Formats: sequence, structure tokens, C-alpha cells
Amino acid sequence: MIEEDVILETRNITKKFPGVIAVNGVNFKVYKGKVNALVGENGAGKSTLMKILAGVYTDFEGNLMLNGKEVRFKNTRDAQEKGIAMIYQELNLLPNLSVMENIFIGREFLDKFQMVDYKKMYEESVKILQKLDLDINPKRIVSELSVGQQQMVEVAKALSLNARVIIMDEPTSAISEHEIETLFKVINSLKKQGVAIVYISHKLDEVFEISDMITVMRDGKVVGSGPKEDFDYNKIVRMMVGRNIKDFFVKSQAEISEEFFKVENICLKSKDDPNKYIVNNVSFTLRKGEILGIFGLMGAGRSELLEAIFGVHPKLSSGRVFLEGKELEINSPEDAIKAGIGFVPEDRKQAGLILSMAVSQNITLTNLKNVEKLIFISEKKENDLVEYYINRLNIKTPSPQQIVENLSGGNQQKVVIAKWLAVKPKVLFMDEPTRGIDVNAKSEIYKLISELAKNGLGIIMVSSELPEILAMSDRIIVLSEGRKTGEFKVSEANEEILLKAAIPRSMKIRETNNTIKTS
Amino acid sequence: MRENAISLQNYRTYLSKFQSLIILISLTIIVGLLSERFFSINNMWNILRQTSVNLCISVGMTMVILTGGIDLSVGSVLGFTGAVIAGLLKNGLTLTPLGIVIQYEPLGAAIVGILVGLALGLFNGFVITKFRVPPFVATLGMLTAARGFTMLWTKGYPITGLGEKFGFIGTGWLLGIPMPVWISGIIAFLGAMTLRKTRFGRYIYAIGGNEKAAKLSGVNVDKIKLWTYAISGALSAIAGLIVTSRLDSAQPNAGTSYELDAIAAVVIGGTSLSGGKGSIIGTVQGALIMGVLNNGLVLMGVSPFWQQVIKGFVIILAVILDKLGKKEE
Repeated sequence: MIEEDVILETRNITKKFPGVIAVNGVNFKVYKGKVNALVGENGAGKSTLMKILAGVYTDFEGNLMLNGKEVRFKNTRDAQEKGIAMIYQELNLLPNLSVMENIFIGREFLDKFQMVDYKKMYEESVKILQKLDLDINPKRIVSELSVGQQQMVEVAKALSLNARVIIMDEPTSAISEHEIETLFKVINSLKKQGVAIVYISHKLDEVFEISDMITVMRDGKVVGSGPKEDFDYNKIVRMMVGRNIKDFFVKSQAEISEEFFKVENICLKSKDDPNKYIVNNVSFTLRKGEILGIFGLMGAGRSELLEAIFGVHPKLSSGRVFLEGKELEINSPEDAIKAGIGFVPEDRKQAGLILSMAVSQNITLTNLKNVEKLIFISEKKENDLVEYYINRLNIKTPSPQQIVENLSGGNQQKVVIAKWLAVKPKVLFMDEPTRGIDVNAKSEIYKLISELAKNGLGIIMVSSELPEILAMSDRIIVLSEGRKTGEFKVSEANEEILLKAAIPRSMKIRETNNTIKTS
Repeated sequence: MRENAISLQNYRTYLSKFQSLIILISLTIIVGLLSERFFSINNMWNILRQTSVNLCISVGMTMVILTGGIDLSVGSVLGFTGAVIAGLLKNGLTLTPLGIVIQYEPLGAAIVGILVGLALGLFNGFVITKFRVPPFVATLGMLTAARGFTMLWTKGYPITGLGEKFGFIGTGWLLGIPMPVWISGIIAFLGAMTLRKTRFGRYIYAIGGNEKAAKLSGVNVDKIKLWTYAISGALSAIAGLIVTSRLDSAQPNAGTSYELDAIAAVVIGGTSLSGGKGSIIGTVQGALIMGVLNNGLVLMGVSPFWQQVIKGFVIILAVILDKLGKKEE
């Protein structure tokens, strides 16, 4: 690498919080026209470093160099004006405004009457979106767009600010495979325009696909940095956690016994269009001790299938559910829990936890009846139960009374799992159980899932990460556009087979068209 | 050192826990310094008695607000149930087709009144949970409708002369403590116990904290919400009982704008309007702050017009202080 290509550089930067050194003497270079990936566990210091680059934290030790000159941003706006934009995981758009209004928010063009010049705004927006090769109407309301498209609007906004460095924090965590492709295309075109991308992600496959430079962080320090070619998957994981990949997925073979859970013809109608089915006639069985993986692309109806079975949409769903030979009548989550089903949902903040409540209150919420004495909640019973799960799952919390919002993602996820284990389920649904948590916590959760299966629990695990689903499942079913399009023993499955079954037919048609055109 | 950060945070929550208590005490001292008549036993009972009506309503309001809702109908429900009780006591209930008049004793009338309040609350809850009408709108409708019922029932005239026996509820003393203070004190105690110690209370916090997660955890969200509105209705009726008994009459416009005092007490007491956070103890302090303020302004001879202005700004100030106390970093 030529040093002239370095646009932004940190020299020996240290940032301390009361008692914690979040970033410790970090040297990090951002190259022009390159994707500079930053990987590391949660708590490794990535976010802190990014916030220093983006002007969120302004009091740090060390030097920040922009184009070879030392700078110190006053705030995020200052950083933006100097060409550094950050796209957060939780997008920062105004959902009720249009795309163009969002792009030019705070910098609206005015006409001679000092009114907003929407015509010019529209034209400028079209220009920017074209530059990114995006097919989004600038007049559309942002809330109508998919998460992936909204992200593109953020990119467009950054570009309109003339950003030379765009920092993307976990940009693919909430978008579909197809949208990831678009994102990567956009990133490549940004590269060509000389924009430097700082790309933070947990997903190492993506990092290998898109990045040019990789920097690995652990415990606030840079433990490895260089061109992509210097790294491989195992090496990065080893650097991140200080141990080997083999210990990562923990799958011990449980004794798989009789079929005890069965669903038939599960359907779920769309809320907006009663003729459209989000889940269409799906049937499957589950054995005791078995981990059944459900794979599908975004929008395949994976979560919705679980929700339909769990009684979340009683008016829109249909189908039959059997447990231990008896047909269940499930019209609400309450019924499902009573019948012995637990459900770790995909989004722990929106659906899994009451963030404002204590760890203990979250764990007992699903099973308060068990800790009651007459009509009152018994503090002793509650504490005993909570202590048990905190120890069992190794939840790191200063006390059971800690507000759950203050825990790390991995520990929050463990709280969600604890609250569902506390109902003593026979069948446990786990929707993306390791999304957005660090590698160590992931590994712990894999181990836990294996143990649970060993104890005779039937587990249904939805995942969009192929390595995860292939490593953990005994059997895998694939959904595409709401239908079951494949069922495989794990010994018969590989990434290619699963992906082929998962790609929607409409997309396949497009693919063949393309081949015809090219041939 | 992480523990250090947490203990700092605890210290902050600790402070904000006592925020309203600090305001209450300083307000009491200030008013006491400005008016010599303030610190008398008699006046203290006065304040508590005056606060009791607002407190009854505020306990129900706290529960509703904790779920993330609001109940604007409490003042009208108070007015209507008070009128129902007074009407039953004075005239009995005439069943026209049968030609019978049922006469009521105070206890019977009170029970009917409370049941009417409960029913109106259930109706609020039913409309909100069944038809997904926003609580603000549903209870705003009830605010207007219940006032209309009151006018129909009273024909616009006060119902007076309800008897000494009935007057005991609002003016009597028991073991050296005024009856309204007993009633509101017991209600506040039961309310606090319900919220802190029972499943129902826990579910209320859960719904206000994250309705979707609560539902997925097996909480029957609609049922819990329905009952918070029912409780709010019933407690408004009890407040109506106290008011009617104390005045020995039911005024057609009794309880007008009481919903605002109740919301103010709840909010000053630190309960979040978006739900999930708050407590009855906070609300008790909030109601007392309102009570001390009202009483003090009257004692100091401040004109009623200025009283309103001052009260309004104190409410805003209290909430600003609360926000500042909770602000992180």
C-alpha cells in the first residue's frame, strides 16, 4: 500500500471510560478507494474507535490524521463537513418523510421565496441515486422502503454530503441476501469513486468477499492488520477469540428418539392482502433430542412460520399442531406456552425482552405462576429461580436486579433463552439465536443448544447463516416464498444444496433469462 | 471499574427516586415560611383530605399510564357516579314498567355507584382493546358522554340533602383520621401492593415496557389493559363517592378537569407517560405536591387566576427537574 492512499489514520489512540480502556493505543489506517474491514468481538473496541473517527467522542489520547494533517473533530457535524459519514446499525432516517427530504434534511434548497425548492431537491436526488445505480423513487416515503433500501438512502445521503469516508456498522445485519448484493455493488461503485469504506461486520464470509484490508481487534487493541490475502477464516477467528474454530460450533450428538411434535398444513395469510400467503401449507415433524434447522432467505416466511404455530396471529393462521399425539388448540402465545412450546424470537430488543425491566423480572415473566405464593409474587421463589438460570447459563450481570438494557448483547440473549427455559418447554423455537452477539457468547449458546437437545428437548432453529445451520442441525428444511422447498438430513446437505432450494423461483427465472441473454 | 460505573448509575436512580420527595419537602418548607397558618394540625388534615380525591383517581391513572395508555374520562366518571349515588339515595330507583321504587341505603347506593364506574371503565377498556381505538380518543369520548349522562340524570340541577349517615364518608373521622384519608390511603396501599407484588402488576409494567414482548411471553395483554381501565373507572367512582358525601350534594359539573390534576400527580411522581416506569409511591408524592400547592396558594390569598398559572408552571418545572435528574452522561 502506498502511504499517500491513506485518507484517515489513527496514531496511538487511546480512549478510556471510567475504569475501562475501551481503545488502547490503536493504529488504524483507512485507505482511499478500499474497503477497510474492522472485525472483532463485541466489546473489542470497534464501536468506540468508529465513534472517534466519526466525531462522537472528542476526548481521546493520541492523534487523528486526516489527509496527513492532524484533526480533532468538534462533533459529528464537524466530522461530516470534513467528509466522514457514519451509517449506524439503527438507521437514522425520518420514516415519515420522503427519500429526497431525508437526503437533504437540514440542507434544503430554497427558492426565491425562501420556500423549499422541491423541484431542485428531486433533481439532485435523482442524480445521486443514479450515481449509485439505485432504482428508488426520491418521492417515496422512507417507511415504505425495505431496510436494505433505507440503508441505500443513508448511503446516498452520505454521498450528497460529499463524504470521502463512509463508516458502515454491521450493514447487512437486517437486510436480505438480494439486498446484500445491491449493497456490495454500491460499495464497489463507491470504491471506484475513491471513497474509503470502513466496514464493520460479524459475518466473516462477507468480510472476505467485500474487503480489501482487514483489521482485527481484541480487548481494545489491534491484534492483526493487513491486506485480505494475509488472512483466512480460521486465522481471524483465532485472533478474535484466541482459540481455534473447531471449538466454535459445539455440537454433540444427542440421542434422537421418537417423533413427538408435528405440524400439518400451516398457513399464514398476509395482513394486507388476504389472498396472499406468507406461509403456505408447511408441514414437518420433530423428534425428541433433534435440532431441526429452518433455512431460507429473508422474506421466505421463516419467522412467520414459527409465529403462526405459536399463536401470534390467530386470525390469519391455520393448520394443525400435534404434541405427543394430542392435537393442540393454540390461539395465543399463552396457549402455546401452556402446551409446552417456548419461542426465542429473532429480535431480542423488540420482541424478546422488556428492556426497562430487571434481569430477574424478564426471566420470570413467562412463568410468574411458578413463583407465586397465594396471590403475591414470592421474592424468595423468584430469586431462587433466577439465580439458578443465571448460573446455568453463565449470564454476566452485576445482580439479578440489574436492568436488562445495561447488559451486553450476548448476555441479553441468554436472558431471553433463560426466560423460555424457565417454562420448561418440550419444544423450543429459536429464531436466529446468535444474531448480533459476539463470538464467545455464540459459542456458549451453541453449547447450550446441544446440551438442551441432549436432555431430550426438541429444538427448531431458524438461521440465515449457512455455516451455523449446517453445523448445528440434525435435519434441515428449506423455505422459499412461504413454501417448503426442501428437506435434508444434515449429512446430505451443503451450502449449495440449501441455497438452491432457498432461491425463490422468480429469481431463478431471472437467472435463466440472463443466461439466455448472455449466450 | 465497571462496577463503579454501575454504582454511579445507581446513585443517579437513587436521586431521581427521591426527586419528587425532595420537591415535596422543599415546597412544604417554602409554603410554611410564607404562611404562618400552614403548619397547623388542622391544616395538615385539610391538605390530606383535599388530596384524597385526587389520589384515588391518580392510583387508577398510574396503572393506566404504566400500560402506556391514558384515561381522560375519570373526571366525568366521578361526576356521573356521584350523581348516580346521590340520585339513588335521594329518590331511589324507579322501575317505571313495574311501578316500583327501590330505596337505597348509603352502602347500597355506594356499591351501585362503584359498579357503574367499573362498567364505564370496562367500556373504555373494551373499546380500546377490541377496536384498537387509541386510549386518548376512546376516553375523550367517554369524558364527553359521561358528562352528558350526568346532565341527563340530574337534569342539570344539583342533588342535595343526602343525610348525615352518608356524610360520614366524606366528613367523618375514624381513630383520629378523616375518612377520605383512610379510603385514599388504603387504595394507595392496595394499588402499590398490586403493582409491586402481584402478577397483574408485573404484567402492567411489562406491557408498558414492551407490549410485543409481553404478548409473546404469554401475557394476555388485552385482558390486563381492560382491567386497568375498569379499575380506573371504579376508583373514579370511589372519588365521586367522597366528593358527593363531603359536599352533601352531587353537582352536575363535579369532577370537571380532574383528569388533568390526576395526570399531573402521576407525571410529577415520576411515572413515564410512555409507560413501563413509575410507582404509586411516586404518585402519592405527586398528589401531595399538588395538594400542598393548592392549599398554600389559597392560604396566601393568591388570586384564583394566578393560582392556575402557578400550578401550571410548577407541573412543568417538576417534570423538567425529573428529566434532568434522569439524564445520563
